[in-house]
Amino acid sequence: MEPQLSIDPVSDVEQLLSYPFMVNALEAGTIVAVMAAVVGWLMVVRRQSFAGHTLSLMSFPGAAAAALVGVPLAYGYYSFCVVAALVIATGAGLSLGRNRARESAATGTVQAGALALGFVFLSLYGGVLESLETLLFGSFLGITPGQVLTLLGVAMAVLIGLAVVGRPLLLASVDEVVARARGVRVGALSVAFLVVLGLAVAATAQITGALLVFALLIAPAASAQQLTARIGVGLALSIGLALVVTWVGLGLSYFTNWPVGFLITTLAFLQYAAASAARAFAGRRSRTGRQIGGPSGPTAATGASAGEPLAQSVGGS
Amino acid sequence: MLAQEFIRNALLAGSCIALASGAIGYFVVLRGQVFAGDALSHVAFTGALAAAAAGWDLRVGLFLGTVAVAIGLAALGGRAGADDTTIGVVFSWVLGLGVLCLYLYSSGSAGGNGTVAARTLFGSIFGLSAGEARVAAAVAIGLVLALVAIARPLLFATLDPRVARVRGVPVRLLGVAFLVLLGLDAAEAAQAIGALLLLGLLAAPAGAAHRLTANPRVGMALSMAIALGSVWAGVALAYAVPSLPPGSAIVGVAAGCYLLAAVAAGRMRGRGALPSQS
Repeated sequence: MEPQLSIDPVSDVEQLLSYPFMVNALEAGTIVAVMAAVVGWLMVVRRQSFAGHTLSLMSFPGAAAAALVGVPLAYGYYSFCVVAALVIATGAGLSLGRNRARESAATGTVQAGALALGFVFLSLYGGVLESLETLLFGSFLGITPGQVLTLLGVAMAVLIGLAVVGRPLLLASVDEVVARARGVRVGALSVAFLVVLGLAVAATAQITGALLVFALLIAPAASAQQLTARIGVGLALSIGLALVVTWVGLGLSYFTNWPVGFLITTLAFLQYAAASAARAFAGRRSRTGRQIGGPSGPTAATGASAGEPLAQSVGGS
Repeated sequence: MLAQEFIRNALLAGSCIALASGAIGYFVVLRGQVFAGDALSHVAFTGALAAAAAGWDLRVGLFLGTVAVAIGLAALGGRAGADDTTIGVVFSWVLGLGVLCLYLYSSGSAGGNGTVAARTLFGSIFGLSAGEARVAAAVAIGLVLALVAIARPLLFATLDPRVARVRGVPVRLLGVAFLVLLGLDAAEAAQAIGALLLLGLLAAPAGAAHRLTANPRVGMALSMAIALGSVWAGVALAYAVPSLPPGSAIVGVAAGCYLLAAVAAGRMRGRGALPSQS
């Protein structure tokens, strides 16, 4: 029963896969990694990391509320994340003074208010602190085959939804003015993306916990954008990096017995640091010539000019 | 209610922390650094748990952790300040470190881990001793004074960095100093309302003030007043309703003020009392 790491990697993997709970964890982790990588890539392009982080925290009050009412936790996750996405979208649209400062203040207030609510639910429920830890930092031990199927369904819905609106959404994210001129409904797309982000985050939070969703959402996507400015390559790279982080993190956690949240976030961070270093190195080598991928890939191209319109476009128009 | 010693301690520390958070929060919102404030508040969690794992006073870890990350964010950001992708990547890792500290701490001493985690995440304003409350109050007042000292150049540097730089204002240095103040404030507020909730005290009163007035002096005073009122009302509510955690009550009142301010600002604007853009 005691996990033993041998020299032979094949037997190690066989040992991993001999436990049904590990198989479930790996399946769930794989689904979550692919979904988080794609949604996260768009999130980074749109510079909505703060909204993404806030949505990921919504899974905590969601789960606490579900525990209090006595329904399966997943209901709480999904409903709170989606409702919070709509609240943020509405709040940002309502704010007449459209600037980033006010929008981020609204997002921050929604986040703190919902967390405060979550703590009230938890204390009403009877303050089960061990489940608090699981809610916030995740657990991959108790994943059932049923949960894996639900995750698969949600991931398919998210990815198909993004595939349908992908092209106009990307245009709206990169150049809102041109998108509007071409008749793209920028406001509606922004709301739709926030809702999709909420769904993806709710699904991911069940595996990684509310606080650590972010590692899978942002780090692989940010690393991919450090390395390439091309859309298809970037998406594929983001998915690949997220898969590696998840698999290696789960495997290491099994053999070392260290918390999976720590391993996954650390791997994700190292990967981002390596990608940044690689880009800096490549940039230095080609300083005389054309800079590889521009100053910072698509984010730099969109960031300065599109950051402000993007902030406005959430629920705008 | 005031006869209880823990309430007096809570009000002393809470009031000073509210004033500091209201004042610093005003600049946080003005500078669009709410996400940085959020990141620093989560860093407070890791810092406290690391101190717990090492057997130090929690406050040492809180202050060291937040100040170190504040300087790190300032260094990573360069001239424009850290963008939100960098902030996100850094602090998700710092949270991961917090999980490791929690694991090390709970495997080191059997039991009690949930208490420390919950105390760090959600604070325990009612659990402060008289000595702790006095130290917290002194540090908070020091923060307010430090902010007042740099307020004028900081405002200039925030509103128009280029002109400020030409006039010889050390814009970069002010940015670093402000992030350090923010880190210190996060460590302060984490003791009272916890690492997860302190964003409410930073963002909600300041956001409400920004909705109601464009005048920086009035806005800052308003932000401090709303934060102070939220702490008093929250403490009173939590005292009256024992099942209501004090941190949640404080943040709930603050978020309510923000909502009221947003509605009020919308109405005033509708009647033309305020300009539609500010």
